[in-house]
Amino acid sequence: MKLLFERSRPGRGMEYLPACNTPPAEFAPGQLRNAPPRLPELSEVDLDRHYTELGKQTHGVNDGFYPLGSCTMKYNPRVNEALAALPGFSELHPLQPAETVQGALEVLYRTEKLLCEITGMTGMTMQPAAGAHGEYTGLLLIRRYHQSRGDMARTKIIVPDSAHGTNPASAAMAGFTVVSVPSNAQGGVDLDALREAVGPDTAGLMLTNPNTLGLFDPNILEITRIVHEAGGLCYYDGANLNAVMGHARPGNMGFDCVHVNLHKTFSTPHGGGGPGSGPVGCKAFLEQFLPEPRVRCVDGEYRFFTPKHSLGRVRSFYGNFAVVVRALAYILSLGRGGIPEAAENAVLNANYLMNRLAGHYDMACGHSSCMHEFVIDLSRLKAETGVTAMDVAKRLLDFGIHPPTMYFPLIVHEALMVEPTETESPETLDKAAELFLQIWQEAHDDPELLHTAPHTTPIGRPDEVAAARKPVVRYSFES
Amino acid sequence: MASYVPSTKAERQTMLESLGLVSTAELYHDVPPAARVETLDLPEGKSELEVVDAITALAGKNQVFHSVFRGAGAYKHYIPAVVKAITSREEFVTAYTPYQAEISQGVLQSIFEYQTQICELTGMDVSNASVYDGATAAAEAVFMCQDRRRTGVLAAATANPQVLDVMRTYCESRGVPFTLLPAKDYAVDPDALAEQLKSGPACLFLQNPNYYGVLEDVQPAVDAAHAAGAKVILSVNPISLGLLKTPGEYGADIAVGEGQPLGLPMSFGGPYLGFMACKQPLMRKLPGRIVGQTTDSRGNRCFVLTLQAREQHIRREKASSNICSNEALCAMTASVYLAAMGPGGLRQAAESSASHAHYLAGQLSELGFGLKTSKPFFHEFLTDCPVNPELLCRKLEAKGILPGLPLESGILWCCTELNRKPQIDGLTAAIEEVLQDEAAV
Repeated sequence: MKLLFERSRPGRGMEYLPACNTPPAEFAPGQLRNAPPRLPELSEVDLDRHYTELGKQTHGVNDGFYPLGSCTMKYNPRVNEALAALPGFSELHPLQPAETVQGALEVLYRTEKLLCEITGMTGMTMQPAAGAHGEYTGLLLIRRYHQSRGDMARTKIIVPDSAHGTNPASAAMAGFTVVSVPSNAQGGVDLDALREAVGPDTAGLMLTNPNTLGLFDPNILEITRIVHEAGGLCYYDGANLNAVMGHARPGNMGFDCVHVNLHKTFSTPHGGGGPGSGPVGCKAFLEQFLPEPRVRCVDGEYRFFTPKHSLGRVRSFYGNFAVVVRALAYILSLGRGGIPEAAENAVLNANYLMNRLAGHYDMACGHSSCMHEFVIDLSRLKAETGVTAMDVAKRLLDFGIHPPTMYFPLIVHEALMVEPTETESPETLDKAAELFLQIWQEAHDDPELLHTAPHTTPIGRPDEVAAARKPVVRYSFES
Repeated sequence: MASYVPSTKAERQTMLESLGLVSTAELYHDVPPAARVETLDLPEGKSELEVVDAITALAGKNQVFHSVFRGAGAYKHYIPAVVKAITSREEFVTAYTPYQAEISQGVLQSIFEYQTQICELTGMDVSNASVYDGATAAAEAVFMCQDRRRTGVLAAATANPQVLDVMRTYCESRGVPFTLLPAKDYAVDPDALAEQLKSGPACLFLQNPNYYGVLEDVQPAVDAAHAAGAKVILSVNPISLGLLKTPGEYGADIAVGEGQPLGLPMSFGGPYLGFMACKQPLMRKLPGRIVGQTTDSRGNRCFVLTLQAREQHIRREKASSNICSNEALCAMTASVYLAAMGPGGLRQAAESSASHAHYLAGQLSELGFGLKTSKPFFHEFLTDCPVNPELLCRKLEAKGILPGLPLESGILWCCTELNRKPQIDGLTAAIEEVLQDEAAV
């Protein structure tokens, strides 16, 4: 379809602003741009229809099943959108005096308390704007902790080989060296390898639990004990918190700090790649290092304050505030009963779908049960038919299903990571199971059909190699 | 209570039975007792109506100002209704990062269009799909300038202090030397610049218009930095680029900035977006998502996430950044805003903002609020205050006006196209009242 720039016609456009009735400001010619930016000139109807067409070429949660592993693509309640858009929030300047934004500060304060209870932490910052940003912030807490003790030798962060790519990348950004530890045969942390890896240079461990194989590591208490005994701290990557909220807490597992993804576990929408929000919580001994500002309540009045040994700022203002409003509304809706109910149904749905597929598809590490997600290992299918994880994923597109996460975790070769979430009905899971089994059959009967999939989508498979080899990353007006 | 779980109790029981289980508790067999929590100390779940009441009550505890003369990093501009309408479409709101190009052309094309608009606005060659905000954009830009010999950043003290704070945090953790370049008369001190460049920093970071609204003498600073072998990161207000000289025209290597003024509500500080664009040679050092054009198996033009060899999911600890989720919907908002306004509308927003600010500065000076510097400014400016600035601001707030930000024992004022003449005259009348009351005391 056409680009905005290809729809543009000189002289078209709307008048959104009135004529200015104060004298023009004068600038020296050297301060002015030589030519106007070549922004499109469109009538409003052209503009609106352009995006309606783009909308039709975008798969949202309401377009169908979205079992994208590790991303927790649950339904995003409409009421939360309406509440975040209230003028009492959306029209607030971030530098208004505290007396005029008591409700906004209360949002930050109450959400902090609720998330602390859910994670088993004592303090939290809402400043990080995404999960990876949260990881970075949590690692800075760990860094500050060791520095405050004069323990400058702790330069290494241990990360399992099954971890999200953001973990090692965040550790590097926070100035640490990454030590990768292998997984055991079940996909959990290899305890002997961990014991081998820890030492006086260990700053900490980053762990997702349930891990990226959808396994709750049964050795979790031993894992955090090993790290603590070596003098390191334990960081909980909350990407998979949806499986255990209300049932188990990172704090109880022995973790010292965590981040949660409000755009996964707490149902805030993902916006095609953000805005997210990645609040970071910690236990009491780390609170003094949290980013500034934090909110406290004194005699019913909310005020900002700077923690005693704050690591500074990681973002301007207070993070993605409107995302926090949505998450607060969600937590208040679910409450004490709904939070664990959501988690156990996420786990039930995953096990149900996994069980339906297990007769045909192999599960990674031979798992027969899982938490909120499971990983299919298609190595055998590939050996038998030549059909890859990519082919199966692309074929799913033909049936209106967003494919699972492909080729992750890296320790499984032909991986498809399936996370149904709790907001899918048994009918949806049954239908998906039937399609998976149909695709299994197609792989054996007509592998070419899968190699060339998808067939019904707006475009076919894109040439990604050409895109990277000769990058065209903006429209060229000259062509 | 609404947990948004569709399956009924009976259906759940059937599903459990199919797994040979009796209760959902059995699903958590791997969780050791010490890691468990029995009951969370949370309030009981609420109906939607109760939640609406509770959250609306919180919103009601905030004071919304319709007359806003405060900027300092967040700006209230007019947002055409079509912008919110388009960006509220369910598909755009709920989709994940466009990993599956075949069903994500809408998001991918919109980012490609955004990248093009940011390049046009800044005069740069390549833009990414956005980062978290203007401050993290500035911090990430510093890392783009690193090489084996040069690491440090020389950052103008006239930049937004929160941006400088974030840069300091990021630099400290990576061991990048961070040096503040002192100001003279609310702009970069050229002598200090010449002196500090001798230490061989990797880059100079400069904001224009700067935190005080002043138009910096950018060209000599860029030339001096380049002559000393340093790269230049120029932070800019995107609305100002409807009118003012671009980072590209100044010869900057990287342009960054806070994208909030492009159609995003102030929302108490977020979500916003950081835009980042650079010259071609730095393309492979850009952090975050980049969308590129290619062709599909049927020979059609299409768009994909590209140059992914820079990114964390491929490179892990060797990635150019850890960023994964960015601010895609905010970038789309900025793109729709720019497309709606067009070159003429954007210029009008910039001209009206500047015109209103200059008119206000004139009116204020008649009331004894002298400009702190005679340097040229865009839509923000710093004045003295004949009375205690905090006191004046409190009194104006009580009259429903959010005045400028108390700063440097004066006030930093801001105008946009929304602060039209009657509103400005209302502000000056209110100030006159306060001054008279104070004189009477």
